[in-house]
Amino acid sequence: MKLGDLSPPQLRQRLADNDLVLRTGPFVTRIQSPMPQVAEGLLRLYADFTLDTGEFQDFHVRVGPPHGLRRWLRPQINFWYDDHTPFKPLPANHAFALLEWGLNWCVAGHAHHYLMLHAAALEKNGRAVVLPGDPGAGKSTLTAALMLSGWRVLSDEITLVDRDDGLLVSLARPVSLKNASIDVIRRTFPDAMIGEPAHDTHKGTVAHVRPSADSVARVGEKVRPAWVVFPRWREGSTARLTPHSRADALLHTASHAFNYSLLGSLGFELNATLMDACTCHDFEYSNLDDALRVFADLAA
Amino acid sequence: MNLIQRCQPLLDVLRNPVCMATLDLAAWDLLLRQAGAAGLLSRLAVQAETLGLIARVPDEVRPHLTAARTVAAKQRQAVRWEARRVAQALAGIEGPVLLLKGAAYAIADLPPAAGRLFGDIDILVPRAQLGQVEGALLLAGWHSQKQDNYDQRYYRRWMHELPPMTHIRRGTVLDVHHNLLPETARIHTEATPILEAARALAAPSGLSLPADTDLVLHSACHLFHEGEWGHGLRDLVDLDAMLRGFTVGPDFWLTLLARAQTLNLGRPLYYALDCCQRWLHTPIPPNVIVNCPQRPPAWQGALMRELFDAGLASAHRSCRGRLAGLAAFALYVRGHYLRMPWRLLLPHLLHQAKRRDRDQS
Repeated sequence: MKLGDLSPPQLRQRLADNDLVLRTGPFVTRIQSPMPQVAEGLLRLYADFTLDTGEFQDFHVRVGPPHGLRRWLRPQINFWYDDHTPFKPLPANHAFALLEWGLNWCVAGHAHHYLMLHAAALEKNGRAVVLPGDPGAGKSTLTAALMLSGWRVLSDEITLVDRDDGLLVSLARPVSLKNASIDVIRRTFPDAMIGEPAHDTHKGTVAHVRPSADSVARVGEKVRPAWVVFPRWREGSTARLTPHSRADALLHTASHAFNYSLLGSLGFELNATLMDACTCHDFEYSNLDDALRVFADLAA
Repeated sequence: MNLIQRCQPLLDVLRNPVCMATLDLAAWDLLLRQAGAAGLLSRLAVQAETLGLIARVPDEVRPHLTAARTVAAKQRQAVRWEARRVAQALAGIEGPVLLLKGAAYAIADLPPAAGRLFGDIDILVPRAQLGQVEGALLLAGWHSQKQDNYDQRYYRRWMHELPPMTHIRRGTVLDVHHNLLPETARIHTEATPILEAARALAAPSGLSLPADTDLVLHSACHLFHEGEWGHGLRDLVDLDAMLRGFTVGPDFWLTLLARAQTLNLGRPLYYALDCCQRWLHTPIPPNVIVNCPQRPPAWQGALMRELFDAGLASAHRSCRGRLAGLAAFALYVRGHYLRMPWRLLLPHLLHQAKRRDRDQS
């Protein structure tokens, strides 16, 4: 059964009853929430995702109002991982964004059976590109644009590397956009399904793009990594790839990874194997159409 | 249902790890949450591997165990590395430097070490050497987090340890003790016998370990006197592992009781033995509990049982009883009451409350 098979009232009921069990790639999460925004966001962005039978969950999460008197003064919400609250409460209208951050936190904090790089990853013709990127480098914009042009999104934040075979594992969750990039994507892809923006978060305005149907349908297919590309948006620049040293790519991804040092020598070996399999590039761009052409040539 | 019965399947598995092979998926779902919240998942994961049970665990569960083992391996490597840095920093100090608790278990590969998660590093040094030790640690990059004059005075005047020291680059925390309990505590204990009975480690040289009995007594004292209930069940598992692992010699129990008498720590030992036996089915000869020195009167023993059970069950919400909040508060108050007399405690709590107020506004 798909999440989209539920009517909005059915979905709200299931969320309220702690009876919604969502599969996102290798992870199964039981979600509880009385918040209408959570139901709305899920329906809009997760409709193609499979619901699980619910015998075993990797994560039990809840997004709802914190206890105490404050809830009557200024509505707030918090995120529970089982009975632990890893974050500070947020204004109530950030409920869906908080669920997304919470789900990322669940994976990044627990899935140490993978090497987890802080990077986006997408697939085309059976090969994957890994996009590490500093905040503000235009990584998410590029990820959303590539996905909306036929690339299959594996992840926009956490690249999972299988420790047994070094292949990339997909989550196919929504792609998070910030501030100006929301309008850029809306303008360039008028058909893109984008969730309700959350304003004034610690990252500014945040909105999520629904993953493409193909990304969700093929979430179980692991991919061989082929390229590591460090994107950088710079006004007025011409879209072009330039070589980036593998050694530096290794060091950069290692120092930005979620659990590189935790994995010890295995982390080094997995990352080195990944770099060996890839050609590494820097990529400057200012115009999305040009950027997409460069990537189409790369994958051809 | 009493609190011990509520903590299933976690307790079943802690008592007899082989049952991991027979749990169904729904039981695993709850077990992973209970064990994760109690800080015991890595221990179970390591035991599952040691006992060759990994192939008999459901596919859905195996990645969680792999991840938990990875975390434990990393922490163990890190704590051993850090202990070597401490040894290096204190190489010139006269008198023994003892590792306590987690760091001691990890360095000497003692029974609780398998899959244990670590927090701070704790060491015990002779009080006379405290100044030298602090100076040497400062030179090596550890400095006191609490800069506030009140805190400095509070620790140095009343406590059994220096204010926690944080390494300036690595952020690791070191607790330097000169005794097991505060000077002001209701129970008075001496550190000298513990320092004298310590065994020097071959590697890293310069560090020592307390005697087995003293490791047990310190762990008991930490949980049942100092009242650190955040990791209550995990600390009880440490005690259980030591009591099962150390009892190879026939005189272990006699030595333990005699040592408890010498160190004046019979009361916390009694509570530890009672809880270990009831919660984890630790095999303790019946006469050991009967002969434990400084046993509490029956009414007090019964009352404390209720409180400790609530503290141990607080690990996960599926285990907690209805009065969990009240019991947690009672344990908190008890911890402070045991720490110092009212004439010192009340001004201290008042100061802390005023500071919290100031920090919030």
